[in-house]
Amino acid sequence: MARAAAPQGGTAEGLSLPCVLPSKRAVRGWGDQLFRLLLRSAASALLAIVTAMVVVMVRAATPAIKAFGWRFLITSTWDPVTEHFGALPLIYGTIVSSALALLLAVPLGIGAAVFLAELAPLWIRPPVAFLIELLAAVPSVIYGLWGIFSLVPWLRQYVQPALGATLGFLPLFQGPPYGVGMLTAGIILAVMIVPFIIAMSREVLLAVPNTQREAALALGATRWEATRIAVLRYGRSGLIGAVLLGLGRALGETMAVTMVIGNRPEISASLFAPGYTMASMIANEFTEATSDLYLSALVEVGLLLFVVTVAVNGLARLLVWSVGGAVHEVRE
Amino acid sequence: MRGQRRRVVNVMMNWLTALSAAVVVLPLILILVFLVYQGASAVNLDFFMNLPKPVGEPGGGMANAIVGSVILVGLAACLGLPIGILGGVYLAESRDRCLPWVIRFLADVMNGVPSIVIGIFAYTIIVLPMRRFSAVAGAFALAVIMIPIVLRTSEEMVRLVPASLHEAALALGIPQWKVVLRVVLPTARAGIITGVMVAVARIAGETAPLLFTAFGNRFWQLGLNQPIAALPLQIFAYAIAPYDDWHRQAWAGALVLIALIFLTSLTARIATKGRFGGVR
Amino acid sequence: MADGILVRQLHAWFGQVHVLHGIDLAIAPLAVTAIIGPSGCGKSTFIRCLNRMHEVVPGGRASGQVLLNGEDLYDPTVDPVQIRRGIGMVFQKPNPFPTMSVFENVAAGLRLGGVRNRGVLQGTVEQALRQAALWDEVKDQLGKSGASLSGGQQQRLCIARALAVRPGVLLMDEPCSALDPIATAKIEELIQELKRDLTIVIVTHNMQQAARVSGSTGFFLLGELVEFGETGMIFTNPHDKRTEDYITGRFG
Repeated sequence: MARAAAPQGGTAEGLSLPCVLPSKRAVRGWGDQLFRLLLRSAASALLAIVTAMVVVMVRAATPAIKAFGWRFLITSTWDPVTEHFGALPLIYGTIVSSALALLLAVPLGIGAAVFLAELAPLWIRPPVAFLIELLAAVPSVIYGLWGIFSLVPWLRQYVQPALGATLGFLPLFQGPPYGVGMLTAGIILAVMIVPFIIAMSREVLLAVPNTQREAALALGATRWEATRIAVLRYGRSGLIGAVLLGLGRALGETMAVTMVIGNRPEISASLFAPGYTMASMIANEFTEATSDLYLSALVEVGLLLFVVTVAVNGLARLLVWSVGGAVHEVRE
Repeated sequence: MRGQRRRVVNVMMNWLTALSAAVVVLPLILILVFLVYQGASAVNLDFFMNLPKPVGEPGGGMANAIVGSVILVGLAACLGLPIGILGGVYLAESRDRCLPWVIRFLADVMNGVPSIVIGIFAYTIIVLPMRRFSAVAGAFALAVIMIPIVLRTSEEMVRLVPASLHEAALALGIPQWKVVLRVVLPTARAGIITGVMVAVARIAGETAPLLFTAFGNRFWQLGLNQPIAALPLQIFAYAIAPYDDWHRQAWAGALVLIALIFLTSLTARIATKGRFGGVR
Repeated sequence: MADGILVRQLHAWFGQVHVLHGIDLAIAPLAVTAIIGPSGCGKSTFIRCLNRMHEVVPGGRASGQVLLNGEDLYDPTVDPVQIRRGIGMVFQKPNPFPTMSVFENVAAGLRLGGVRNRGVLQGTVEQALRQAALWDEVKDQLGKSGASLSGGQQQRLCIARALAVRPGVLLMDEPCSALDPIATAKIEELIQELKRDLTIVIVTHNMQQAARVSGSTGFFLLGELVEFGETGMIFTNPHDKRTEDYITGRFG
């Protein structure tokens, strides 16, 4: 640390203060400056990438936006021949498959998280937690493979006929049991997002201070009651955040859904019917797009998907952060 | 009476939540068993050594897909790791006011973006100008996916290095950049490598962003400005085709892919467990 | 009504570590008993054994007898959950439920017990808050979150919450260590009032506090009960040298 030598005592001009503080510029050598520049550039690269992504995609989607306007969102014809593109079946398919996935995954996921964080005997926790982490690492295409050759036949031969026989009065379960369709997509999505819901919920629950549990137990609560009134209530917003994160994943899931949803851009009341999601439409059609407008429409679908997932994820993170401060982000 | 009912509810909830956990774990076990069963029979030397053969000809393999995946991941790492790690160091060390917050926010945003959207980005920015599909485009897409992951884990790992270490080095008069390079990074090295391996395992399995960037290839085409085969792409292509032989090969490919991914993830986990008391 | 506690040969472990060695102690009903000792002497563990909270901690185990009005709490047929209705506990750091209002916090124990009647709940909550000397301060804010009160008020809220289920015994684990002197004084005053209706056991690291509030005092050291007796005697004329050393500040 450089200290400028200073004359003690007064001079002819009066008081001369010893200069104790090194000037800011003197401390930073050129090595530091270069380093700083390097780091800042690396970080800014991300900023550049994201900006570029948004700009480029908006520009590519503009022809479609100009051609269809906001009616794009509510038209249900997707006809490459006449170049009429309406994304409604895709939006519908995405929402329904994701909603179904949440319906299945949330109770199971939060239940399993409660089990792992609160109720399970200690020796069970590490192996089960480990298994669930493995589940999270399995790539989408492999889930899809299992979906095609294991899930679809099973649904087609046993589950769908059974559902049709018992609950067939509901329009949800009518129609021929194809095996592929909205129900299958929902199930496979549920299987895929449940590990994330469990992992994040578990973090939220573990972040609840132990004193809360003790307070409930000391009042004479059973283990479950203590979990219910002290832990689940306390971690409420964090749990909702975990669910929303799961939703975010489900919305963007591509491969496994493409392989089991039947790929037909139609809206149907039945869960047995084939459908389409935004992501799987892009996956299937992008290389087939014969015209510029077609491609532009697909990019517009991508843009839509981007906006929705960013919004859902943003909200989710806000909620997760509100419980116990910074909750670890799960290695995705 | 009431106490009895509460006891019953308690036991019931214990079982219900345990059941949830079991139901969740079940698909994993099913999938793995199925994978091993179907894939083991199809995995043979041909698979690792040969190119895909036309339908009907036996002995086809996925050699080019395996090599292609390695090339893509390697290339993506070349692009993504420097940005990710240096960016992570920046986030952990910088005293700037605005930029770190923005970068962190963007990284979190990007972590949630569907990989197919990133594929669209790579398509518009590389494939269109180049007028062809290429390994470069695929690697770029994978790199974009990789950067936010590596960024956040690197930041975390660098933060874990005790501040006292940092300060002691600074107090000795060593310039900031040397402190980071010679003291902080080596200490955080194990953790950063773990984060890198996790990111690699993640992008190795990605299919969607490669669909219209790397595109896939049935031949030994390893040039970077040509379409290139990749293991997940090949698995997908074979899975949706109507030929049984190809289905079997798809299973073999899946087995190989998941073995590689699990191996990478496991090594990463084991490496951090000791040092940072990682997983709870 | 008169809930005395008789402790016989109480041992406690954390995993393999033996933390309480054969404690024998008699806690007088309708009086305040203080437990003092240096950090790590086992006083918190002891008090948590009285309402079987010790075994909630992973690796926590206890053996021996704790007789509440003649009934052994550690008898294998006894349900620990039931015990805790008769013995209340207040913790070192006030821990009201933040997602519940003041009213709901106090009513929590009652609701667990199945009380639904709005009138009964309101009556009991008011009574508990009065007993805890908090009613006047919160009567217009019963709907506010439990966490919005000051530290001292939060602790009295926790006391009210414990009192609402009408236990015979109240255990207090260093209840004032997180509070300022004024809040502490209020709680000490409260303890004097409460001892007319309840048996109170208080763990404290503050010897002056023990001298002020209690009738009997027990001195713990390294998991053993070194000495137990009338408070005045312990502080002015202890029998055991170790007690004397602690009192005069030679350690701890």
